[in-house]
Amino acid sequence: MEGSVAYENDLNLKATELRLGLPGTDEREEQSVSNVRNKKRPLQDADEEFGANGKSDAQNETAPPAKAQIVGWPPIRSYRKNNFQPKKSESDGPGIYVKVSMDGAPYLRKIDLKVYTGYAELLQALENMFKFTIGEYSEREGYKGSDYAPTYEDKDGDWMLVGDVPWDMFVTSCKRLRIMKGSEARGLGGGV
Amino acid sequence: MRHNRAERMSEDDERQQSSPSDLEFTSNKARNCNATGSGSGHPEFQSPFPDQVLENVLENVLHFLTSRRDRNAASLVCKSWYRVEALTRSELFIGNCYAVSPDRATARFIRVRALHLKGKPRFADFNLMPPDWGAHFNPWALALAKAYPWLEKVYLKRMSVTDDDLATLAESFSGFKELVLVCCDGFGTSGLAIFVSKCRQLRVLDLIESEVTDDETDWISCFPEGESHLESLIFDCVECPINFEALERLVARSPSLKKLRLNRHVSIGQLYRLMIRAPQLTHLGTGSFSPLEVAGQGDQEPDYVTAFAACRSLVCLSGFREIIPDYLPAIYPVCSNLTSLNFSYANIDAEQLKPIISNCHKLQVFWVLDSICDEGLQAVAATCKELRELRVFPIDAREDSDGPVSEVGLQAISEGCRKLQSILYFCQRMTNAAVIAMSKNCPDLVVFRLCIMGRHRPDPVTGDPMDDGFGAIVMNCKKLTRLAVSGLLTDKAFDYIGRYGKLVRTLSVAFAGDSDMGLKYVLEGCPQLQKLEIRDSPFGDAALRSGLHHYYNMRFLWMSSCSLTRQGCQEIAHAMDRLVVEVIRSIGEEEMDDSVGTLYMYRSLEGPRTDAPKFVTIL
Repeated sequence: MEGSVAYENDLNLKATELRLGLPGTDEREEQSVSNVRNKKRPLQDADEEFGANGKSDAQNETAPPAKAQIVGWPPIRSYRKNNFQPKKSESDGPGIYVKVSMDGAPYLRKIDLKVYTGYAELLQALENMFKFTIGEYSEREGYKGSDYAPTYEDKDGDWMLVGDVPWDMFVTSCKRLRIMKGSEARGLGGGV
Repeated sequence: MRHNRAERMSEDDERQQSSPSDLEFTSNKARNCNATGSGSGHPEFQSPFPDQVLENVLENVLHFLTSRRDRNAASLVCKSWYRVEALTRSELFIGNCYAVSPDRATARFIRVRALHLKGKPRFADFNLMPPDWGAHFNPWALALAKAYPWLEKVYLKRMSVTDDDLATLAESFSGFKELVLVCCDGFGTSGLAIFVSKCRQLRVLDLIESEVTDDETDWISCFPEGESHLESLIFDCVECPINFEALERLVARSPSLKKLRLNRHVSIGQLYRLMIRAPQLTHLGTGSFSPLEVAGQGDQEPDYVTAFAACRSLVCLSGFREIIPDYLPAIYPVCSNLTSLNFSYANIDAEQLKPIISNCHKLQVFWVLDSICDEGLQAVAATCKELRELRVFPIDAREDSDGPVSEVGLQAISEGCRKLQSILYFCQRMTNAAVIAMSKNCPDLVVFRLCIMGRHRPDPVTGDPMDDGFGAIVMNCKKLTRLAVSGLLTDKAFDYIGRYGKLVRTLSVAFAGDSDMGLKYVLEGCPQLQKLEIRDSPFGDAALRSGLHHYYNMRFLWMSSCSLTRQGCQEIAHAMDRLVVEVIRSIGEEEMDDSVGTLYMYRSLEGPRTDAPKFVTIL
């Protein structure tokens, strides 16, 4: 969080930057990237996102320019290479696992928020998992038409209604989910 | 993880090659018309009674000699010692399967119980050698079957083993106990099925970093019913799913099982079921370390922490092939006992590592991915004061990616882990200063392998070549026997190696050096050099000639994409008749090309091998 804010102040490029990712994806990537990486090249992200392969190392002027993959170099056995390359292109870093509890249900479940692309998918998955229906969401009135309301605890410890904040902000701030039932749910929905 | 034997740090820790005594044997044979040392168990004596007593005494004494270096020395004392040593050697080590023929080996050593055989050179692991080059186990399997019906153990590294060979092993030796296959290929699950079904006395089946073809045979079910003698079952490299229920039953009926390494098709839930059946395990490979389904697990999660806590003897942990870091805390109970931890498949960061590593005070061997970054290495350095071996593998093995580890991590390790003996470190950047620091802080280093992934990369701080760093290593680490260099290196680095690396036995060079002088320094300066592998370095025929005095002392020399010509290699072949000089062609190269793509040469008692494929020319 702090890193990306500093980035904006320094260069102010983010606002006009052309990207393929959704808003908030940079933030997530930077959080999973090492400190060393951030210090070195603040402009790297644009290149990295497009999977620059063989771009020359900006730090090292004496190295030969863009290199094709050389056979047998670096000397890693192929099964080690194969294990990680697909993972790197699919997602940066490990998944985001959060516990999901439902009022009245005897056990917890666990889901990976990274698997879902938005609220619709997430809510559908929750409905399937716990066999209930969530009502329709509206900003003003929360979830209407059912006894249940999906809520989550965020980084600050506050309980929020699922859907109130943009998806990517939700994914990075959600610590756990709770599907509330009854009057408590209705209380949370309206007038917050 | 590689099969660890006793305190062996590196695979190159053999004390003595067997061939010099073999060469001696040949010349003795010429002189001595009474030459036995071969098949007969009853040497002919024309000598009086006291000598016979001496030989019997000798036989009893030599039984206690286990080190092959000592045995090789003993066999050179005189004919009689040679004979008796040959009678009493029960463990036979052959570092190059082409150095001696199966017939010759079985003729000399007649009471062998265990065979250790190595085939292809190491660079074959990195696709630098076309497939089907050789190193076939088959002729050995047949010779062994004839000569040693009591054979108990076979250990193979970089050999081609077929399903038929596995069947031969299982059918020919009624007391067969241990099979260890490291970096082997050529066989599949059907071969395994036959092998395990017929080996009733099997104690050890270790498949390590080998390629196993998926014939869709359920080999786990083929272990015989009834109590098994299994002590070690390692199959983490097997890429096919296995019958879990059969495995569970097998583990349940193997009370002696101490080592179990599962493949990535075993989920954490299944791991739990196995662990509660085998709390006596000392070595555990955890398989995927993730659940079968991520979302929607029906029942309450098993109590993994308790399962790990019950394994009070666990000292070696590996696996984590598809780790979900949330499950890591399950291993807390065993951390303080661990001497070996392999996280080299676990994509975890420093924060995830810290709670684990901060409890691993006894850790001696640690393999990890660079995803832990320099910060993770600093945490290792802070706690693991007993560390002997560290390997840091890259998550992203490309030249120009950003490296999460650097000289910072290396410096930290050197300061915290003073007892370090062996290091393999992949990185994108490294400074001479950090390498020099390690040379001073870790005087016990025996193996130093640094791989700076960008070719020809200089010290990023000073712009200098990496000569001084590696120079310091050979100067200060007086016990160094294995060295792998990288980064921008001039001939000066090799000058240092030749001057100070007097104990170096294995040297790996890539994209380094300026001229023939580089190779000359090494060949003239390093008397213990046995294995030299070089790629993409500007060394030519003149340099090759400078090693003529030494090649019979070496196991092999590999040079690929250097500056050798066919003529230069031919000269060597003419000058040394006990050397097999192979020129290996890559695709697109013509047979009569003057420049040599790959040279692979090795001493041998047998002359040119008869099983060489078309792309190999033996000069």
